[in-house]
Amino acid sequence: MSSSNSGFNERTVRFIYLLTFIFLVLSGFGQMPIFKRYYIADIPGFGWLAQFYVTHAIHYIFASVLIGLSCYVVLDHILDREKDRRITKTGYAKSVMLIGLMGTGGFMVYKNISGVFFPHNMIIALDIVHLGLCMILMFYSFYTVIAKKSWVRHPINDILQKME
Amino acid sequence: MSDFKSKTSISRRAFLKGGAAAACAVAGTSSVARAAAALEKGEPIATLLDISRCVACEECVYACRQSNADKYPKPEKPFPVMYPSRVPVMDWSDKTDIVDRLTPYNWLYIQTATVTVDGEEKEINIPRRCMHCVNPPCVKLCPWGAAKQFKNGISQIDSDICLGGSKCKQACPWKIPERQTGVGLYLDILPAFAGNGVMYKCDRCYQLIAEGKLPACVDACPENVQTIGPRDEIIRKAHELAESMNGYIYGEIENGGTNTIYVSPVPFDQLNKAVEKGNGKPHLDNVEDAMATGNNLARAMLLAPLAGVAAAFGRFYKISREKKSASGGDL
Repeated sequence: MSSSNSGFNERTVRFIYLLTFIFLVLSGFGQMPIFKRYYIADIPGFGWLAQFYVTHAIHYIFASVLIGLSCYVVLDHILDREKDRRITKTGYAKSVMLIGLMGTGGFMVYKNISGVFFPHNMIIALDIVHLGLCMILMFYSFYTVIAKKSWVRHPINDILQKME
Repeated sequence: MSDFKSKTSISRRAFLKGGAAAACAVAGTSSVARAAAALEKGEPIATLLDISRCVACEECVYACRQSNADKYPKPEKPFPVMYPSRVPVMDWSDKTDIVDRLTPYNWLYIQTATVTVDGEEKEINIPRRCMHCVNPPCVKLCPWGAAKQFKNGISQIDSDICLGGSKCKQACPWKIPERQTGVGLYLDILPAFAGNGVMYKCDRCYQLIAEGKLPACVDACPENVQTIGPRDEIIRKAHELAESMNGYIYGEIENGGTNTIYVSPVPFDQLNKAVEKGNGKPHLDNVEDAMATGNNLARAMLLAPLAGVAAAFGRFYKISREKKSASGGDL
């Protein structure tokens, strides 16, 4: 595999992840009636944030993208063994949060289907855990961007740095 | 919630007991026994409203108010100042005697339509309250789980949890829930910046159902406008009734199906044009299934992992071929 191909793949994955993350956070917070109250939905181009059925559909669409992207990244990592990269602690931490978000989200999607009944305390717990994980992942992502902590590291780069 | 659950399990016995006794005593209450049996099986129960019988006496309205009086809001005044200033204060506590629309203190009212049928002017009266949808958007889209649905078909807003954001009202195709400011959980969190009271609507007298009794509005009606029973049976009865009067049905398919089925001798589009609509006064228009788009997307979501796996294998295959051709086909 050529390095340019690998670089293109990683940049594409990062771009799709960033786009998905932004829309999931916006549409996720849009499930609460806050954007209209705080004038954000009045900003041109943001009116959709106050339309609950629109944010609901957009959240589902980008959740599908996130699930597909996650499956792609995990399988690509397993199949492409020659790639010299290791998952960092940051990567593992974010993965756990994303798995938690996808798990709780999956239950909530199932709950919304007609004829599906969950215990009410479970629904409340799912709502709170889903929101909590999102908040933690959001703030942790800000931190990792500022601290320049990556999901993966390339040991060869560490060796090259030491040689320099 | 657990309280209701325990009541529900008690109610099954009580409902069966009460229902069976009533069924033996009065033929008209056999629906109670069948509703009890449906409750025992965990099936939804529905109400059938023969609006050709309604004389607008409002007995149901006052029975509802009496039965649910202890659930009505008791707001603390003065209300906390809310920010920003656009947040509306919704105060009905000085207007509790209003009965001509839905309010937090009036969960059922009589809507009247004057229509002309075959040259004859007719007045049709329609008791209006929550439709108790089969897949209620108010419940499914509530961001806090404050709105609940029970297997018996009742949807209910938990006034101890609701923050009064009014999302349920916006999600409801009929805009049924009504808000009262100055009451509820938001007062204990950030009353100035989040929440705005509690949303209120008909809960089909869940506490009476739990005791094996009829909802107050059903029980009080002197004209027997309403019948309660297992949804399948109610739908069958609605079709029989509609056929017998050459009438029309509303609520069976609206919003993907509801547990409140109206049968009218006049088409509902005519009634919809004739009734007064607006805040607290729901329409009788056709309603598409509000949750259908989301649930179709949920089905499509099942394909997402397959797409990801296919893309990863595709890339692996492509890279393997490139490597093979770069090494002259000899790996």
